[in-house]
Amino acid sequence: MSILTLFIIIPLLTIVGILFCKTDMQVKWVSVAGMGLQFINAIALILLFLAERRAGNIAEVLFVQDNLWYETLNIHFHVGVDGVSVAMIGLTSLVVFAGIFASWEIKDLHREFFTFLILLSSGVFGFFISLDLFTMFLFYELAVIPMYLLIGIWGSGPRHYSAMKLTLMLMGGSALIMLGLIGIYLNSAPNGGPLTWDIIKISKETLPMDMQRFLFPLLFVGFGVLGAMFPFHTWSPDGHASAPTAVSMLHAGVLMKLGGYGCYRVAVFLLPQAAHQVGWIFLILATIGVIYGAFGALWQKDLKYINAYSSVSHCGLVLFAILMFNQTAMNGAIMQMISHGIMTALFFALIGMIYGRTHTRYINEMGGLMKVMPFLSVAYVIAGLASLGLPGFSGFVAEMTIFVGAFQNADIFHRVVTIIAASSIVVTAVYILRVVGILLLGKIRNDEYEQLTDAKWYDKISVVSLILGITIIGVAPLWLSDMITGGLGPIVQKLLAAAPMMP
Amino acid sequence: MIDFSYTAWILLLPIFLFIVIGLLGNRFKPIVSGIVGTSGLFIIWLLSLVTAYKYFFVLEKAADGSFLKFMAFNMRWLNLTDKLHIDMGVLLDPISVMMLIVITTVSLMVHLYSIGYMHGEKGFSRFFALLSLFSFSMLGLVVATNIFQMYVFWELVGVSSYLLIGFYYTKDSAVAASKKAFIVTRFADLGFLIGILMLSYVTGTFDFITLTGPDSPALTSGQGVWFLGLSTMTWSMIFVFMGGAGKSAMFPLHIWLPDAMEGPTPVSALIHAATMVVAGVYLVARLFPIYVFSAPVALDIVMWVGAFSSIFAAIIACTQYDIKRVLAYSTISQIGLMMFGLGVSGYGGHEGLGYMASMFHLFTHAFFKALLFLGAGAIIHAVHSNYMNDMGGLHKNLPITHATFLIACLAIAGVPPLAGFFSKDEILAAGSERSLLLYWVEMIVSGLTAFYMFRLYFSIFWGKKQEYHQTPHEAPKTMTIPLMILALGALLAGLIPFSNFVTSDRLPFVSHLDMGIAIPAVLVGLTGIVVAAFFYLKETDIPDKVFKALGSFSQAAFHKFYIDELYLFITKKIIFNYISRPVAWFDRHIVDGAMNGLAYITNETSDRIKKLQSGQLQQYALVFISGALLLVLLFVYLWTS
Repeated sequence: MSILTLFIIIPLLTIVGILFCKTDMQVKWVSVAGMGLQFINAIALILLFLAERRAGNIAEVLFVQDNLWYETLNIHFHVGVDGVSVAMIGLTSLVVFAGIFASWEIKDLHREFFTFLILLSSGVFGFFISLDLFTMFLFYELAVIPMYLLIGIWGSGPRHYSAMKLTLMLMGGSALIMLGLIGIYLNSAPNGGPLTWDIIKISKETLPMDMQRFLFPLLFVGFGVLGAMFPFHTWSPDGHASAPTAVSMLHAGVLMKLGGYGCYRVAVFLLPQAAHQVGWIFLILATIGVIYGAFGALWQKDLKYINAYSSVSHCGLVLFAILMFNQTAMNGAIMQMISHGIMTALFFALIGMIYGRTHTRYINEMGGLMKVMPFLSVAYVIAGLASLGLPGFSGFVAEMTIFVGAFQNADIFHRVVTIIAASSIVVTAVYILRVVGILLLGKIRNDEYEQLTDAKWYDKISVVSLILGITIIGVAPLWLSDMITGGLGPIVQKLLAAAPMMP
Repeated sequence: MIDFSYTAWILLLPIFLFIVIGLLGNRFKPIVSGIVGTSGLFIIWLLSLVTAYKYFFVLEKAADGSFLKFMAFNMRWLNLTDKLHIDMGVLLDPISVMMLIVITTVSLMVHLYSIGYMHGEKGFSRFFALLSLFSFSMLGLVVATNIFQMYVFWELVGVSSYLLIGFYYTKDSAVAASKKAFIVTRFADLGFLIGILMLSYVTGTFDFITLTGPDSPALTSGQGVWFLGLSTMTWSMIFVFMGGAGKSAMFPLHIWLPDAMEGPTPVSALIHAATMVVAGVYLVARLFPIYVFSAPVALDIVMWVGAFSSIFAAIIACTQYDIKRVLAYSTISQIGLMMFGLGVSGYGGHEGLGYMASMFHLFTHAFFKALLFLGAGAIIHAVHSNYMNDMGGLHKNLPITHATFLIACLAIAGVPPLAGFFSKDEILAAGSERSLLLYWVEMIVSGLTAFYMFRLYFSIFWGKKQEYHQTPHEAPKTMTIPLMILALGALLAGLIPFSNFVTSDRLPFVSHLDMGIAIPAVLVGLTGIVVAAFFYLKETDIPDKVFKALGSFSQAAFHKFYIDELYLFITKKIIFNYISRPVAWFDRHIVDGAMNGLAYITNETSDRIKKLQSGQLQQYALVFISGALLLVLLFVYLWTS
């Protein structure tokens, strides 16, 4: 059995463990133990992976396990990882780990809450390790559906509306993805032979061009909905605003990455010719998303809305970079996913903690929090600085890689969109500093806030682990960047081969 | 070859201090943070001095007698493309070694001073932690081996400045000022980033040694006309200069610097007078060969922007009453002068006089301007006000501050043989060879400088006698000792034969004092002083009369020529109200409206259709029979026709 299978088994065992728990405290500790183990497993995976690579193992994917599952349709349980998926797994385990601590004060139905949360995470892990399109889709659905219950039951505000909206929009995306995947399956053997769902095998073939042109938009839009692509992003502000803290963290931190990863791994990797032909349409949408999200965030007054729009902007940059079709930009895209994942999880964790104390998320009703909760405030400033791309944090590394990569495309169209996207760094600075200024600095506007308490130990674990994540990547990015680059080789070669001849 | 790799510690020590003081500072008494920070900086200062000594006097020179330019330490930080990669390291050449001295000396003085000045403040250890962070960032900036490393540290000094301006975070004006400083410089940095991207795209490297060397790819690539008749290289250098102009508060990106005076005074002395704000000058100097050989138009822009900023800020400085703001405008004006020096310079030997003079002025200015700010801090400390109207007759109460402040004023006014005289004279000499018009403009700036500095000096230390609540008294030793040391620098720094060390091509040359320029310059400066004495030595109504006589011009200058209002109009009115707000509305009502509309239509449709499934047998029968009838009719119709 491969180490990867553990990533599915551990969450399932944890869920079984939760079912046997008697008290809420036990539920929490079992969850902590399970997800802590998962986190250790992820670190072990990273180390093992790096060791294998250093030992000269240049196989496209490592730690492969392949079992036939349903013969009629040739569906396999086929898992394996390259540098990109290893990085995504590291991200997921960190965010889930921090998310457990951030939901320490969840109100009721502990058992159910943690069950769904962990079930969701197992879907995410499964998605990232799958090499079989069918199982990948299965895990994808497994990750999306618990979201409805988590928001609908434990959410706040107009939670039923938000949960419904989010689920329906994502399901709409799923429908497109399903069509796209079936289309790929039916065309997976253009030169005869059995049809297959196997990503690696399909990637060695060139699918018929007319099919590609039909399937690419289906898949890119389908995954793009989850990646908050403009104009299919509106589930995000409402969904996040209503979701409980840990769910927001997981959703923005990890689940939205499923979208970007899907665009990268399925749409672009398997349909490169079509990507070259129609990618420009999505590039324009992504660029609009980058700048539009930033301006949208400038006007909002609810902390979660601000962060949701900021996510639209940052995730727009992911799609933007993927559509630049070169190694540097794609590397930046993956790093941006990781960076944004940790950063936004940190933001949502902090927002949840602040909300838990002040019972409001409207920045105008708060002010001067630095004085009463210095730990949370300093952490918020750090998250803000990371978000606006300060060197020393992961956001800078990712953004700079993206911009340098994007600049390698010398034609005027790419130049223009690159400069437009790059100008978002200024707008980002404006909305971040606006929030920091109103929320944390200045005088305390509400006298009752003088009594508020700072972070508890479980809050601190959650926050510190996430801050460490962005700082380590920000200070020493070389290992991560090289690991990701190693995984990009096949896709970059495919794109090069598929590139239309330059006149 | 001597091993210089220990210079990496010059960078590692301050960041270590930042982490230690930042994390543990609150566990101990505040003074511990001050002592740890200051003694740490003392070690860094010693290391820098040793480095400078070894670099200038011990290290052998290149075959042609020039100073070497080499990397003492370099490591890979991030791989970007197959050619481009970001490294972190230490580059040693005359200007970076000179900057090491400037930064560590001023920073050490400011640390020492702050122990006294910040005594009893809340957040004392936070202050020292941030000072260490700033020192780290600034040192990293000047020793950068490649332009991207410079950009990394460029952003870091920006954020240290943001955090220190907003040090008194409960004060709304300080919060607003810090935000403004960060956003304005961030906007400029966008230009810097685009410039870097263009430069690296055409040359395929970030590396300074390659870029500015004799076989630089910047000399050959990117020369074709690209846009508006200028080459790619010129545009990239213009964009890079935009970053420099933002950080160095050049017109029209200067608006953040006067507001930045909301920060504690030692911070103003260190960051907003002596070190960070000259980063733009340093940036242009660092890329100077590219500017001269590949982008002369960009260099002309540097010259014009510098000259205009210097006169513009000098005029405003004459009308302000907040002593720190006067000094801030004075800083803008002096940095404009440095930019002007670079802008008029050529490359190599005497041609590069402007370059040498500009660096020289940067060096001397750091001493006397830091001294002026620290002196202002001591005064504010004593009278608890920033406004010169609240001061007067302080020369008896604050003897040491008075003496050192006077030295600094004389130095900046260009009175021989103090520091400012020599460096300013060289800039004027270089300017006279290039453009007579701008030479006279800078001459006027000299006069204005002398005038507003002595306006300040007389209003504070002489002028009318003030009634103070408490008798002002001299600052403690930790504050006056740095003043005296810096005063020594302001007195003597001008005597250094600068052209033996720092020149455009790193080859020493001999520069002479040009009497034809020195004498008029001194006379203009003395005139400024005399006029100021005439106006302000005794309390008179002459200033008011003159102010009124100049009418709307002096009003405009007093209101800083309404540049702030213009920016406010653009940001608040246009960007916030006419872009951001409509975007938010569009998102909620059009994009989301479409989604909700879709849901609504689906709901409505199903609502209509669901009536068909009523469960009533009679209704089903009715529908069934109606349908059957319809079909029959249809068939009949089709058959018969």
